[in-house]
Amino acid sequence: MANLASLRELTLTRVRVMLREPEMVFWVFVFPALLALGLGIAFTNPAPDEIPVAIERNSRAAAWAGLLDERLELDVRVLTPVEAELALRRGEVALVVAGSPGVVLRFDPTRPEGRNARLVVEGALQEAAGAPRPLATRVEEVRQQGRRYIDWLIPGLIGFNLMSTGLWAVGFFVTKSRQTLQLKRLVSTPMRRSHYLLSQILARFVFLPAEILVLVLFAWLIFDVQVAGSLAALAVVTLVGAACFTGFGLLASSRVRSTEAVSGIINVISMPMIILSGVFFSPARFPDGLQPLIAVLPLTALNDALRAIYNDGLPLTAVAGELGLLGVWTIGTFVLALRLFRWQ
Amino acid sequence: MNAPDSPAILCRGLRKSYGSTHAVRGLDLEIRRGECFGLLGPNGAGKTTTVEILEGLTTPDEGTVEILGMRWDRDEMRIRSRLGIQLQEVRLTEKQRVEETLRLFRSFYREGPTVGELLEKVQLTDRRRAYVRDLSGGQRQRLSVACALAGDPDILFLDEPTTGLDPQSRRALWEVCERFLEGGGTILLTTHFMDEAERLADRVAIMDHGQILVEGTPLELIGTLGGAHVIEFEPSVEVAFPELARLPGVRTVRERGSLRFLSTDRLHRTLPALVGLLAAREGELSSLTTHRATLDDVFLARTGRQLRDG
Repeated sequence: MANLASLRELTLTRVRVMLREPEMVFWVFVFPALLALGLGIAFTNPAPDEIPVAIERNSRAAAWAGLLDERLELDVRVLTPVEAELALRRGEVALVVAGSPGVVLRFDPTRPEGRNARLVVEGALQEAAGAPRPLATRVEEVRQQGRRYIDWLIPGLIGFNLMSTGLWAVGFFVTKSRQTLQLKRLVSTPMRRSHYLLSQILARFVFLPAEILVLVLFAWLIFDVQVAGSLAALAVVTLVGAACFTGFGLLASSRVRSTEAVSGIINVISMPMIILSGVFFSPARFPDGLQPLIAVLPLTALNDALRAIYNDGLPLTAVAGELGLLGVWTIGTFVLALRLFRWQ
Repeated sequence: MNAPDSPAILCRGLRKSYGSTHAVRGLDLEIRRGECFGLLGPNGAGKTTTVEILEGLTTPDEGTVEILGMRWDRDEMRIRSRLGIQLQEVRLTEKQRVEETLRLFRSFYREGPTVGELLEKVQLTDRRRAYVRDLSGGQRQRLSVACALAGDPDILFLDEPTTGLDPQSRRALWEVCERFLEGGGTILLTTHFMDEAERLADRVAIMDHGQILVEGTPLELIGTLGGAHVIEFEPSVEVAFPELARLPGVRTVRERGSLRFLSTDRLHRTLPALVGLLAAREGELSSLTTHRATLDDVFLARTGRQLRDG
C-alpha cells in the first residue's frame, strides 16, 4: 500500500526532525515542569481586588452575607455545601464560611488569598459580635490532597502544554518547510496532501505519552498531586486535546511565509485562551456575558475534561460533551487548513 | 489517456505575468520522448517560470500544456506519478539521513526502484547513513536527482542542476543523466552552462525575455554563426567593421563594449592577418583569446549579451 507507506514515512520524517532538535527537549519536557515548579512553589495566583468568599447555606447565612457584603474587599455568595466545596477547590472562592453552631472558616492556607480572606472575614464577624472575642470561630485549613490550588493547577498546565506544543511545534515546522521550499518539492510528487497534514498530527502523538508522563510524575513526586480518575481516561483526553491543537497549528501556518508571521498568529490564538480558559485561575471570575464564549473555547473544554478526570475522578462518559467539542474543533481546523493551505 | 506517440511535453502559447513583469511571453515547445532538451538563457529569461508551468506548479495566464498527452487540470496525480522533478534551490531536510530521505520520496510512488538501487544510480551507496547536512554540494544535488528518480519517471525535469558545483561533481551528475537517457527517459534541462547543454542536450532552445529566440541541435545553432572558431580581442585603436570582415576566413563580426568578436572557419589564416592589420596601424592588443564557437556565441550573436551576464 503506497498510500499508507507515504503517511508512515512523512510521520517518521517529522518525528526524526523533532528528535534531532535538541532545543525541543527543553520546550516540550523541561519548560512545563519548570513552570509547574515555579507556580507550585510561589503560588503567584493573581488576586483580584475583591476576594471571593462563599457562605454555606444555613439559617445564619443571610445574616453573615449582609455583614460580609459591607466589606468592600469581599465578594460574597451563598452556596450549598457541595457547591461551596467545589468552588473552593477550583479556586473560584478563597474561603468558605460554614458551621452551625459556631463558625468554621475553611480555606487553603498555602494561597495568600485564602489567608487574607480569613483575616478579613474573621475581623468582620468579630466586630459585628461586639465584645472582644465573643464569637467562637474555628479554622479549617484545607490541605487535603485533591483540594489544593496545585491540584487544580496541574491539569490546567497539562492543557496549556498540549496547546502550546501543538501550535508551536506544528506551526514552526510547517512554515519553515514552506520557507525552504520543501513543501513545494513534496507537492511536485504524487504525495497526497492530506497525508502531509495528517502526519503532523500522528507525529504529535508519538511524543505525547512522554510529555504528559513527565508532568504527571513531576506533580506526583514534588507536590503529591494524584490522578483521581483512570489513567486510560486521562490518555484519551490528552490524545483528543493534542489532535485538536495540532489542527490549530496547521491552520495557523496554512498561509504564512515566514516564521515571524506564524509566531504572531500563534500568539493571537493562544493568549486569549491562556487567560480565559482557566489555566491559572478559574474562568468563573469573568463576567457572565463572556461565559458562553469561554465555554466554546477548545482549551476550556480540554481543561474542564482534564480536571474532571484528574481532580474529580469522573469517568470518560462524564466528559463526552467536552470531547465532542474538541472533536468538532479538530475536524474543523483540519479541513479548513487543508483548504487554505499554501504549498509554495 | 496518453497515446504512446504523443510528445513527452507539448505547450502552445504560454503566457505568464507577475504584476507588470511578463515572465513568459508566448512560448511554444515540443519535446519528443527519449530526447534531452536544453532550455538555455540568462537568469531572469523566464526559464524557471516556464519549467514550473510545465511541472504543474504554476498556472499559466494563457496557453495549453500537455504532458505525455495528459492535461494538468484533469490528470494531475497521474502525470505526477510519471514525472521526476528536481527544483532549483530546494533544501532537503537537513537532519534526515540520505536513505531516510529516499525512503520518504519512494513512498509517494506505487512503483519504482528500491532505495538501494537509487543510491547505486547516483553513487551515494557509501553515504547512505550520512545526514543531508553533512553532504557536499555535489552529493546533495545527486541526492536531489535520486529523489526525482524515485518513481522511475518517464520525464526528468532538471532546473540548473550543476550550478555551484565543482567540475568533478558536474561530471558525476552528467553521468547520472546519461544513464537515464540510455534507459529511454526524457530530460528537460534548464541551464546557463553551455558546456552542459552541448554535452547532454539533443536539442536546445535559447530563451530571453520570456521568449524563445532560436531552437535546434547545438551543432545547427553553432552552424548559424558561420564559423567554427571565435577570435575575441580588444584593440587599442579603432578598426572599422568592414576591414575586419575582409580578413581571410572571417564570416561574421560582432562587438560588445570594447571587445570585438570574429567568427572564422580558418583560424590559422585569420589570426596572422588580424595581428598584421593591427601592427600596420601601430595598435596594441589589450586582450586576445580564441575558442571553438559555442552556444554562448550564438546567444551573444542574437542578443549582444553573454549568457552568464545574468
